[in-house]
Amino acid sequence: MGTRNLLWSFTKKYFTFGLVGLTISDRYASIVPVHGASMSPTFNPGTKSSGALSTDDRVLVEKFCLQNYKFSRGDVVVFRSPTNHKEKHIKRIIGLPGDWVGTNINDVVKIPDGCCWVEGDNVVSSKDSRTFGPIPLGLINGRAVAVVWPPQRTGKVETIVPHGRFSSP
Amino acid sequence: MIGRLMIHAKEAWRGAVDVAKLLCVLHVTNKYLVSPSLAMGPSMLPTMNITGDVVLCEKISPRLGKVGPGDIVLVRSPENPKKCLVKRVMGVEGDRVTYVADPKNDDNRYETAVVPKGHIWIQGDNIYASRDSRQFGAVPYGLLQAKVFYRVSLFLLH
Repeated sequence: MGTRNLLWSFTKKYFTFGLVGLTISDRYASIVPVHGASMSPTFNPGTKSSGALSTDDRVLVEKFCLQNYKFSRGDVVVFRSPTNHKEKHIKRIIGLPGDWVGTNINDVVKIPDGCCWVEGDNVVSSKDSRTFGPIPLGLINGRAVAVVWPPQRTGKVETIVPHGRFSSP
Repeated sequence: MIGRLMIHAKEAWRGAVDVAKLLCVLHVTNKYLVSPSLAMGPSMLPTMNITGDVVLCEKISPRLGKVGPGDIVLVRSPENPKKCLVKRVMGVEGDRVTYVADPKNDDNRYETAVVPKGHIWIQGDNIYASRDSRQFGAVPYGLLQAKVFYRVSLFLLH
């Protein structure tokens, strides 16, 4: 009887912990690992595009921005891939609704309502809006605010406004 | 005196923790299992009332990828992320969807579209008054929020 009680209280504790953790990560903030070199100077600067090193950056992602979907150009956001809903990508917002953004093939596109243009910092190896076009803001899952791991790389994620890439009316 | 205060403080703290736990349970149920939602407007007309219906949506099928043509779903609008739309899925990735281009005119001009990878095609049941994939194209599966499985009749309230 004693062991059963112990087991029960243990399960209950784990369950509550899980619920609380899930709620916090959904509503307030969570920590996600960044794979790959598509955001290279900002995250994972040492990684070559081949082979995953064990030094993947961990990033703190805040979710308060989802309450009114207000973003600014230069924010780094986590979003669900528009072509595969199971994947999440992390990229920088270049253009917001109404902006004209120059793509790399001498072409200018207008971003429709409720969408944004995202690009990786590493222009060479990044699959972003240049391949799949503007993405709906509804796919965005959070905004990266800081690198928290590894310890020597901790620091705030800077908002770099891409001057010259967009023109807003 | 201090001892009594401590007891009260402890009790209040315990109560606050219980409330927080309850809110967490509510959040997880709402986000991962079932949630109620209000469907308004004319776009789903024969199926749902224009004045608003409470619908129950479940979040499990979209997560498992088990949403197919014919299901009524809750989708975050691609044009305004603060709004959600209730529409019917007409096609999933790879499907060929044929629709009447302009139902208000009489010339039954049909148009065909192929749903791209990772997207779904959504349309309202009332093709005359619905803003859906016919205007803004297929929507990414990631915008799918829930599948509607029950309509609570508010007939008595009207």
